[in-house]
Amino acid sequence: MSDGVKPTSGRARFAASGARAATLGALGRQPTSHVLRDRIFVGLLFTAVSIALLGLALILIDAFLEGQGKLSTNLITGSNSSDADKAGFEQAIFGTLYLIGFVILMVVPLGIGAALYLEEYANKERWWNRLIDLNIQNLAAVPAIIYGILGLAFIVRGPLDLGFILFAGSMTLALLVLPTVIIASREAIRAVPPSIREGSLALGATQWQTIRRQVLPAAVPGILTGIILAISRAVGEAAPLLLLGAATFVTFNPEPFADAGWTALPVQIFQYAARPQEEVRELAAAGIILMLAVLLLMNSFAIWLRNRYEQRW
Amino acid sequence: MESGALAASGGPSTGRLEAASPRYGERAIRGLLAFCAVLSVITTTAIAVSLLGPASGFFEVVAPGDFFLKKEWAPAQDLFGVLPLVAGTVNVVLWGMLFAIPIGLGAAIYLSEYAPRRVRKTVKPILEILAGIPTVAIGFFGVSFVTPLLQDVWPGEFLGGPPGFFNALAAGICIGLMIVPIISSLSEDAMSSVPDGLREGAYALGATRMRVATRVVFPAALSGIVASIVLAISRAVGETMIVLLVAGNTPNFTINPVENVQAMTAYIGVTATGDIATGTTEYDTVFAVGALLFVITFFMNITSIRLVRRYRELYE
Amino acid sequence: MTDEAEDRRTAREEGPGAKDAMATAHGHEPHLRMEALTRHDRDDLASGEAVFTLDDVTVTYGSTPAVRGIGFDIYEKQITALIGPSGCGKSTLIRCLNRMNDLIPSAKVEGKVLYHGEDLYGPKVDPVQVRKLIGMVFQKPNPFPKSIYDNIAFGPRVLGMKGDMDEIVERALRRGALWDEVKDRLDQNAFGMSGGQQQRLCIARCLAVEPDVILMDEPCSALDPISTGRIEDLMLELRKNYSIVIVTHNMQQAARVSDMTAFFTVELDEDEKNRTGRVVEYDDTEKIFTTPSDARTEAYVTGKVG
Repeated sequence: MSDGVKPTSGRARFAASGARAATLGALGRQPTSHVLRDRIFVGLLFTAVSIALLGLALILIDAFLEGQGKLSTNLITGSNSSDADKAGFEQAIFGTLYLIGFVILMVVPLGIGAALYLEEYANKERWWNRLIDLNIQNLAAVPAIIYGILGLAFIVRGPLDLGFILFAGSMTLALLVLPTVIIASREAIRAVPPSIREGSLALGATQWQTIRRQVLPAAVPGILTGIILAISRAVGEAAPLLLLGAATFVTFNPEPFADAGWTALPVQIFQYAARPQEEVRELAAAGIILMLAVLLLMNSFAIWLRNRYEQRW
Repeated sequence: MESGALAASGGPSTGRLEAASPRYGERAIRGLLAFCAVLSVITTTAIAVSLLGPASGFFEVVAPGDFFLKKEWAPAQDLFGVLPLVAGTVNVVLWGMLFAIPIGLGAAIYLSEYAPRRVRKTVKPILEILAGIPTVAIGFFGVSFVTPLLQDVWPGEFLGGPPGFFNALAAGICIGLMIVPIISSLSEDAMSSVPDGLREGAYALGATRMRVATRVVFPAALSGIVASIVLAISRAVGETMIVLLVAGNTPNFTINPVENVQAMTAYIGVTATGDIATGTTEYDTVFAVGALLFVITFFMNITSIRLVRRYRELYE
Repeated sequence: MTDEAEDRRTAREEGPGAKDAMATAHGHEPHLRMEALTRHDRDDLASGEAVFTLDDVTVTYGSTPAVRGIGFDIYEKQITALIGPSGCGKSTLIRCLNRMNDLIPSAKVEGKVLYHGEDLYGPKVDPVQVRKLIGMVFQKPNPFPKSIYDNIAFGPRVLGMKGDMDEIVERALRRGALWDEVKDRLDQNAFGMSGGQQQRLCIARCLAVEPDVILMDEPCSALDPISTGRIEDLMLELRKNYSIVIVTHNMQQAARVSDMTAFFTVELDEDEKNRTGRVVEYDDTEKIFTTPSDARTEAYVTGKVG
């Protein structure tokens, strides 16, 4: 670079540094044992992957081994009880079903609506739209327990003052997964090529007609996949619910709007898992198996959906 | 061609350039959708308000100096030094990252530079499963498998003896497992985005695969890799269930992995469900710690988002 | 100068027709039939009513002007071609005619664009109505991911057109010279068709809403020569009932099908290093290709300049 020519763009800088590294790497001092070192390197990489996979396997196997003894219909029909023989997850399952049902009702219109606005209507150059963009990305990474505090301060108490009811838990979970739904929906909507919109508008369709009849139908498989994945997260999330009244000892099936105590599957599992008795912990493991089975079903459905209906442009 | 036989009904409807109807529906829909998007801003504002309100009330009673610098945390006895909680979080997250970074990056490099396409196609989704496992399940794994294992293999009195029922190391390993997919997935994406031209240039000069991976691809993807690590730390710091189950509930200012520690999230999880009267300073500690947690993760998230934007701009 | 060299020089100077005249004179078979080049079997050329009147139209994207000072008339029931090298704003201009530039937030249109005497950019004008009357066919065929039937029916449905949908679809497909090929597979996905068929589908789709004008932005540039020929034939048929404006890179195509041709060029702005498009010459196609008035036009149509 003796004549003072310096790459100025980021791209050029990266290319130059890459070239420099490659040249030095290739022509620099080669250790005599480089073959051995390469082999060790690959070995280490392989070990890393194996440890990760092993960890996953151990989690699943451990849960299965611990809980298989408790796999029976009583798991689903048994009530919360301190007697490990009779205890089950009935209330928790009802609670989770109600929770997820309401979450879906809230998150689908709000999430798709926000995604449609941001992708189809908003002028992307404006600063406030970019702020909303950044905001949503940040919200997707806020710890779950902070959402619990939010729910506690605004929904259970505060302005909405709904009390410690299940519906409050649902609203909180909905806020928790909404950013993920918005982000996934936006990707799906963005994947629809602009030529489709142009073709529709050029025929004299209005913007909403174009969205409703062309863009949305084409984006639905991707949107649905995103929603299912977000719901999966909501099913397994316990931390915020702890703050909203789910930690009580409940022996009857919850009512969504009644201030009479409620629980959910992950919370119940947590309670069983935290107890010292071995028997009760086996119950927790069985609950985990149940929850994982449900999640496996949901995710497989999502993958099937995507493979079957995905539009290839 | 038969088109000529039909009457030419393509006659112009001139002078009809105005809208047939005012189309209020379009505007209404646009407004409705805009509201959905604005809701996200409302949420963030609400989070900030829900934390700042009580937190500022808290700081009227407790001096910030006491909160941030003292090492004793026992709100029931008017001791408000938050450092033990922070130390608890750091303790767990530290061991978690020591576990997850090599494994995550190793997996990423392997999948991006070495693995044949078919291996990559199967292993990558399997690692994603790890990300989808609910944290209660991982916490359970910590209690039922990791802690006993550590207790069994622990070398004697090292660092003060084998870990107890609650210990930071087991929690760290569990959290590490939880965040490995974040690091491996995002780093692998970043490395895959590096243009093949860079690799090919190096190979053409005679570099070995290891050299290309470590000296060419890795540095080129660095901002994406760092972004993934920062995001993983943020996730780890915000995790509640694992630390609740595995790390313990005793505030403890230490980074010794064998000890029983309480993380910030665990404190919030335990206290906010308890029977402490609302409106008391003790209750407000929940919001103070929550505010601290939010600020820490907020800055990490913003950093990570920015880094991702930078590498995306460069290569896409 | 040798005979050959003289021939070549005359060919350059007098355009494609001249070359054929000479070829015939030398006893060679002209490889291009004169009739295909000029189809002046009509006397009513330059005296039709104006569909569009452009007056000092300038289009700016952000701060860069893409075209400047465009002013000419486009006549009814004719094919008007916009030709010129890349980047001189032909597509930009044609998109002004149906207000598709509205979709680009940074685009600004100055000057007057009149449609049958009415200001297309007037305050009360609804772009949706404009696009119903002025249709567009794009460079890359863009059928919807639906059945052939639903592709055609989409326009009439969203516009609330009355009548039997089956009839409307059939009529549009017949006018688009596609009916015979697809009448037995109307419910099949449009993506299964070949490129040429897809483009004819897009034309038929456009016809289904019964427009007044059809704009075509390089409709054949993504197609093979046989499909191109078919579409050109279709254009000539459609000209009886619709006014057509076509942007094309292919000068021979312009020479083959159009009645009037506007030649664009790109100028470099002295102070700002911007490229701005301008119309150099606008005239009968035959004149543009045989005896152009401007040297730049001549350079382009004789192939001296790309």
